[in-house]
Amino acid sequence: MSFPVAKAHPLEVRVVSKRFDIPDANTLPVYLAHDGFKALEKAFRLAPEAIIEEVKVSSLRGRGGAGFPTGMKWSFVPKQSAKPKYVLCNADESEPGTCKDRLIMQYDPFAMIEGMLIAGRAIDAHQGYIFIRGEYRYLVDVVERAIAEAYAAGYLGKNIRGSGFDFELSAHTGAGAYECGEESALMESLEGKRGIPRLKPPFPATSGLYGGPTVINNVETLATIPHIILGGGAWFLGLGLPKNGGTKLTCLSGHVNNPGVYELPLGFPLKRLIEEIGGGILGGKKLKAVVPGGSSTPIFNAAEAETLTLDFDAVAKAGSFLGSGGVVVLHEETCMVKFATRIMQFYKHESCGWCVPCREGTNWLLLTLGRVHRGGGRAKDIDLIREVSENILGRTFCALGDAAAMPTLSIIKKFREEFEAHLDGRPCPYAPTLVPRAPAAGPFVTV
Amino acid sequence: MADTEKLVTFTVNDRKLAAPAGTLLIEACKTANVEVPSFCYYPNLSLQAACRMCLVEIEKMPKLQTACTVLVAEGMVVQTESEPVRKARKSALEFILTNHPLDCPVCDAGGECELQDMTFRYGAAESRFVEIKQHRDEQQWSPVVYFDRPRCILCYRCVRVCGEGMDVWALGVGNRGVSSVIIPNKQDHLECEECGMCIDICPVGALTSGAYRYKTRPWEMKHVANVCTFCGDGCKTTLGIRNDEIVRGDNRDKSGINGDFLCIKGRYGFDFTQHKDRLRQPLVRVDGVLKPVSWAFALQTVARRFQETQAAGRPIGVLGSTRTVNEENYQLQKFARRVLQTNHIDHHRTADFPALYDALAGKHSPVPLAASEDLKTAKAVFLIGSDPTNEHPLLAWNLRWGYRLNKTRLYLLNSQPIKLRRQAFRAAIVPAGSEGQAIRFLNGGGAVKATLSQTAGPDDKRWPQTPASRPEATQETLGDFRERLQKESDVIIVFGAELRGDDIHELVKFGSSLPGTTRYIALADNANSHGAADMGLYPDLLPGYTPVADVAARQRFESLWGGAIPSAPGMDAGDILGTAGKGELGALYVVGSNPFRHHPVDPAALRTTFVVVQDLFLTETAKQADVVLPALSAYEKQGTLTNTCGEVQLQKGGALFEGAKTDLEILHTLAGLLGHKWAAPDADEIFTEIRGNVKGYNVSLVQVLAGSSALSMSVNGPVPHQHALTQIQPNRDSLFTAGSLGRYSTALNAILEKRLRAEKV
Repeated sequence: MSFPVAKAHPLEVRVVSKRFDIPDANTLPVYLAHDGFKALEKAFRLAPEAIIEEVKVSSLRGRGGAGFPTGMKWSFVPKQSAKPKYVLCNADESEPGTCKDRLIMQYDPFAMIEGMLIAGRAIDAHQGYIFIRGEYRYLVDVVERAIAEAYAAGYLGKNIRGSGFDFELSAHTGAGAYECGEESALMESLEGKRGIPRLKPPFPATSGLYGGPTVINNVETLATIPHIILGGGAWFLGLGLPKNGGTKLTCLSGHVNNPGVYELPLGFPLKRLIEEIGGGILGGKKLKAVVPGGSSTPIFNAAEAETLTLDFDAVAKAGSFLGSGGVVVLHEETCMVKFATRIMQFYKHESCGWCVPCREGTNWLLLTLGRVHRGGGRAKDIDLIREVSENILGRTFCALGDAAAMPTLSIIKKFREEFEAHLDGRPCPYAPTLVPRAPAAGPFVTV
Repeated sequence: MADTEKLVTFTVNDRKLAAPAGTLLIEACKTANVEVPSFCYYPNLSLQAACRMCLVEIEKMPKLQTACTVLVAEGMVVQTESEPVRKARKSALEFILTNHPLDCPVCDAGGECELQDMTFRYGAAESRFVEIKQHRDEQQWSPVVYFDRPRCILCYRCVRVCGEGMDVWALGVGNRGVSSVIIPNKQDHLECEECGMCIDICPVGALTSGAYRYKTRPWEMKHVANVCTFCGDGCKTTLGIRNDEIVRGDNRDKSGINGDFLCIKGRYGFDFTQHKDRLRQPLVRVDGVLKPVSWAFALQTVARRFQETQAAGRPIGVLGSTRTVNEENYQLQKFARRVLQTNHIDHHRTADFPALYDALAGKHSPVPLAASEDLKTAKAVFLIGSDPTNEHPLLAWNLRWGYRLNKTRLYLLNSQPIKLRRQAFRAAIVPAGSEGQAIRFLNGGGAVKATLSQTAGPDDKRWPQTPASRPEATQETLGDFRERLQKESDVIIVFGAELRGDDIHELVKFGSSLPGTTRYIALADNANSHGAADMGLYPDLLPGYTPVADVAARQRFESLWGGAIPSAPGMDAGDILGTAGKGELGALYVVGSNPFRHHPVDPAALRTTFVVVQDLFLTETAKQADVVLPALSAYEKQGTLTNTCGEVQLQKGGALFEGAKTDLEILHTLAGLLGHKWAAPDADEIFTEIRGNVKGYNVSLVQVLAGSSALSMSVNGPVPHQHALTQIQPNRDSLFTAGSLGRYSTALNAILEKRLRAEKV
């Protein structure tokens, strides 16, 4: 399957995306011609502990959103286990604003497979699964073909390339649930059950898929591993900042002239991303707000965006998260109430329904935000939205509740005046033609 | 399970507490009388942490933690009433109430609703939710289960009790997010065991009972503890009685031997008491037709005819009941032996208790009977015959409990692949009728062909996720089965009516060869089958299995009862009915039994037999009677009942029924009319006599009166009892039938009809 190549922007530092501009790098011969599986061969010569050490040195942090140090995660897996160990690749990329894993699977699926093999070698696992987001239907074909090619060439299966190492791999698709990107819900789904999160502890490293010790990593994390093994942890670390090693795919979307996925060293200034890479704000308008790491991260206003650099610690210090690297740019004509409503629409739809605050809270927030946007809000609704969000925050079973509450709280805090402008039957300032209307008639109309 | 060896100390609300390591914080708090509210947490079901009501503050933990999932740890400092905790509870309730209809004034659960209670205690008086509530129409899932969907708060208790507890797995969750909804296994209806546990466990009024819904409010009923009158397990069912009529049976305070459990019969079967065919007036046959008469006339007729029969020297046969209370059975055999001067007395036998006691004689002291609850904690259980899921639902629940929570290894020997094989460590299927032979094989006898199957056993962590591990069957002898069983210690042996007589001696021989103390449960079918046997409803055995031929024992009872009783063993039920069939029986006195249903007697032959039937309904037997005396049911009288394990429990009655009398009152009146001065019919007085004179019944009165069970230890000596083994005729009841009585329950019939209709389609 051929795709048009993705040319690099001059400011990019391409590591994990280095094969994106090589035609047909998603076929095994081309992959092999461009350092493919060299890292695996090197890994076969290394002791498992040495592989983990190399990853630790690189300071690679999980690219799925939580940013947990990958080497440390691997080192939690017990050496001895009565049950089989597993390596899982979390390819359930669903966070709004995030679109990087699909490119890896599209252009460079073997890097992900090689990363899984190295992870398997490091923790002594012999079975891997790639859990692909259900909506990425076209990528399943690419990944499955890559797996088949790897099997045919002896890079998967028994006694891989004469190393004595066995590794079986298969791809599995989700059924359209954001929640299944949560690692334990993913495992439930992979086991054929309803996609709801599990109680932790036990953590996957000790009891994950089918109760066996499991390493689960994001696509980008795993695809980065071969480069770290080949180039060395210290080299990768040097590309970024101490504790924020290397480069990261950043997904730039929203009101910019050149949206796209760019690989940047960690610590890259947000302003330069928008202006120099993104080509400035659409239509020459002014910046209003930026989502730094996918829709679940607290939003920054224009002033905060001015000095922000994109690495895990700097963004955290500024009160948000680097997350999955989904940078969404909003210009001055964006209605923040509508934006908050749209985000909540997503989380209400994607809440798995397991625990009370998330299930009922996202629904409540969506109804109230929608009502406020339509002009049906009263002054006390603003604090109500804030308090309901606070009541979700930190009290849910998994992080989905926080993901819904955090951006809402930040929008209320930073753009309160926009909510106030909507109250008491006034039309939306950004869509004056939107006529306030009563909620649809239902059995219990209470307003 | 908690490691009882090691205690950890921790602090809750500045109070120093200690609990065994491995205890859940919520349980430790409960023990220490610290209330931590919860909806989704339910003891002994899997953990959910879904309702977020039990959030507590634990020092050094950044967020509030769910007390239902945290284990107590050394030095842990917990706050359960701090401001953050209080706020979290209030908000959890607020969230739950956003889509919960406030129809408490008409809801069945109003007054005994956990959400209502918690809202009063922890919630806010005012709702801030002003949006449109989600609404869904209610559904009827089965004749007895309704689901009012908007009321559901998704605690998943019903899903778990049905799956993990009942091993039925009829409920699941559909949709997601705020649209999540509990759905039955067949999309719009249930195909399950209809136990109603989902209704009982529902904290709100989402799942409601088809028998009870919208009938009354909880505070309008009096709640009376009773023992279920159907199978032999003796579950406690709390009857909700309004205006002297039973409107509900449930498991209100979970204090009975059945704990959480109650099956369809205990929950819905009570409605036979108000069946339209219930007898309200004595009937006497006049010119070939049964005519309603006064009690005085009927009883005088009976007394006169008994006297005439006695004077003519013709035999009188007495058939007792397995559903009447111990006091009535004791008085009935006293009436037969002392007043009617006959040992022709028997009952519908469904288990061979005399053989078990005879086999155990002298081997152990006290007699090693197992209580029903012991099955929950047994290391190993050996089950022979029967299908407890259908015939002994409580014992099946307890067996599953042991498997699920205490890793009980269940060995199963049966002629049919019963449902409990899913929990069996080893299951052997032998041809029907060769169960006894299989036991002999265990004792070193000849080989038996068996189909063996096995599961990974209780160590298989996939359970409960994997509802049915379907083991592969192999055709081989029972060698491996025997080998493994012989390595077990402290086994509880449970056996059905497949084993009787010598087979039971063989079984006890095998049981005695096992290490530790082997305990036994003989499975009998009806509510007081064990009690009827204990009370001496046998032609050759006095109360406590004392042979009537034993001079000393007979004299003891003669002096107690103030006169002579016949010394020769009488006819058993088969012979009594056979004699009647030949037209040679003078009189037949049937109390709460329906022998003609399965052993019809030619009406022509009965022409010279005076037949008296004491019953609730005009049964097959009653239809042929000369006098029919309407009796009160078990739910309308006091007394004690002995379940199949030998546990004695108190029956408190509570309901009233116009026109009928207790069997005890009838007996005492008849005795008086026949010239015997019996004291007033007081069940308490008679129980005192039983405790003092029936071996094994010297149970703790305090325990029984407090409403819990006391295990009777019956006899410990040989029981020289010769009888036809064919007299043991098990009911082979399903979950929805119960001998003659089940036919009069509308709820049970509704289920059966539904199933028949489904089969036809």
